[in-house]
Amino acid sequence: MAEVAPAAARQARSEPGRGREVVTRLLRGVGGIGAVLVLVATAAALFAPWVAPYDPLVLAPADRLQGPSASHWLGTDQYGRDTLSRIVFGGRASLAVALASVGFALLVGGVLGALAGYYRGVADAVIMRITDVLLSFPAILLAIALLAFLGGGFVNLVLAIGIVYVGPFARVTRAAVMTVREEQFVEAARALGSRDLRILAGAVLPGAAAPLLVETTLRLAYAILAEASLSFLGLGTQPPAPSWGMMIAEGRRFLALAPWATVAPGLAIVVVVLAFNLLGDGLRDALDPRLRGRGSG
Amino acid sequence: MLIFLGRRVLLAVPTLLGVALIVFLLMRAVPGDVVTNLVGLEGNVSTERMAELRRMFGLDLPVHQQFGQWLGAALQGDLGSSLRTGRPVMTDLLLRFPVTLQLTFWSLVIALAIALPLGVIAALHRGRWPDMLASLVALLGLSVPGFFLGILLILAFSLQLRWLPPAGYVPLAEDPLQNLRHMLLPALSLGLILAAATTRIVRSSLLETLHRDYVRTARAKGLREQTVTLRHALRTALIPVVTVVGLQFGQLLGGAVIIEQVFSLPGVGRFALEGINLRDYPVVQGAVLLIALAFVLVNLLVDVTYALIDPRVRYG
Repeated sequence: MAEVAPAAARQARSEPGRGREVVTRLLRGVGGIGAVLVLVATAAALFAPWVAPYDPLVLAPADRLQGPSASHWLGTDQYGRDTLSRIVFGGRASLAVALASVGFALLVGGVLGALAGYYRGVADAVIMRITDVLLSFPAILLAIALLAFLGGGFVNLVLAIGIVYVGPFARVTRAAVMTVREEQFVEAARALGSRDLRILAGAVLPGAAAPLLVETTLRLAYAILAEASLSFLGLGTQPPAPSWGMMIAEGRRFLALAPWATVAPGLAIVVVVLAFNLLGDGLRDALDPRLRGRGSG
Repeated sequence: MLIFLGRRVLLAVPTLLGVALIVFLLMRAVPGDVVTNLVGLEGNVSTERMAELRRMFGLDLPVHQQFGQWLGAALQGDLGSSLRTGRPVMTDLLLRFPVTLQLTFWSLVIALAIALPLGVIAALHRGRWPDMLASLVALLGLSVPGFFLGILLILAFSLQLRWLPPAGYVPLAEDPLQNLRHMLLPALSLGLILAAATTRIVRSSLLETLHRDYVRTARAKGLREQTVTLRHALRTALIPVVTVVGLQFGQLLGGAVIIEQVFSLPGVGRFALEGINLRDYPVVQGAVLLIALAFVLVNLLVDVTYALIDPRVRYG
């Protein structure tokens, strides 16, 4: 059986050494840079109160719109608040929203996709129709519309961003489950009288793990962009809590006078999103070398 | 072919219905109900006036009847009236849609003008520095939010160099040159990002076709390498590109909402955002419906184009 098992099934078994092999392959490429940057950003967000040099909310009118200096590395905003500290705390908000929304989409999309791929038939048709409809909205538009009607706040923000990604996760899971479900070891399990749920959890889902891991990483990048866009429009994280998108919207009014207040949070978004993109691309290559360098948009 | 077209068009109907249903339900998702919400803003309003407003929104009917009524009206082009100006939403949407279309059109042109050569160069130099550079630039493009790129462009070309206006809009019919000057930065903000995604697709698609048998045959016939690449391989490679660009069009429409805000372009997206700020629900509903419809129709068009340009695709 081992000789005929294709990639998906091979991934299903956690052979010792395979995990290490993947990590080595990941770290050797640019994915390594992504992994390091993601770790740094996550650590900064987790330990924000210790990392940030100032309180992000304290107003200091005397220091307003100061340029970068030794005491304020990235300058100050129109209320004299330290830009660097606000970026660190803003990252906390961004990552929290991104993790929660992608987690939501992974859970809902994963379950729906697994059901559709495993049972096929009517369940499949209905679930896929629903994801079709969800995917018929430009992602950011659906999020904007949901927030406009539901109102803001963390939970609604997470739902608005998360619902958009349910479709893609459902599709990835469905495709992976459909490939694995015809494998011999699944048939064997079924013949032995295992329950569907057990087969799904034990044999089929591990096969979907690799593509889902890649999808999750890349969706985190999108989710951070989405949170920034929504906050930029005033629909996301609400003031005075700092968020990158809002900092750009506020700083923009002083663009000629104090470009750093806009450019610095923008660069923070670019670096963190790029990190997740590099990590996602790297993971895809490391998990499936055959796909190396193919890259899909 | 006709059967395929007919089936594909029919398949779009349930999707369109689903889209309409979601847009309709959005209005009902407002916490409390729309009328209480609106009245909360205005202060003292009599119970009679509230009942009248509820009737106006059709809120006194059972939900399925509400949907039927709303859909029926929408099919006849009646999307209700703005709660603020009293003007029919459809009239305003039709005034603003051309602005959004222009923006998306120029963005697509810019994206393709950059992505096609860049993707081809990357594929032909696979693994060497032009490829690495193109891939890195593309990945960077995927990581920049459009609104931030737009602001950087304003900073560089409007505030520093003073070459182009930072915001505003001049209708095409009024002054084509000024129209273009106002469109350039917003279109670049969207186009450069779309170019990033498209470059990756062109590259991977061309890499795949370069190893096909018929490309080897063409080369074996003694054709020049340039002819082989451009005439034989690239033609086939562009087919998936059409699909992806079609899908990206949805992102483009979504991105346009934000870019219109950045550059104060009076398009559908800005109209929707104004509606959100004023809680002008019919305006938001109409704008979202229009953009989603445009997206579904473009996808339909892409599928049909796909069938027309790829002789290998046979639909039964």
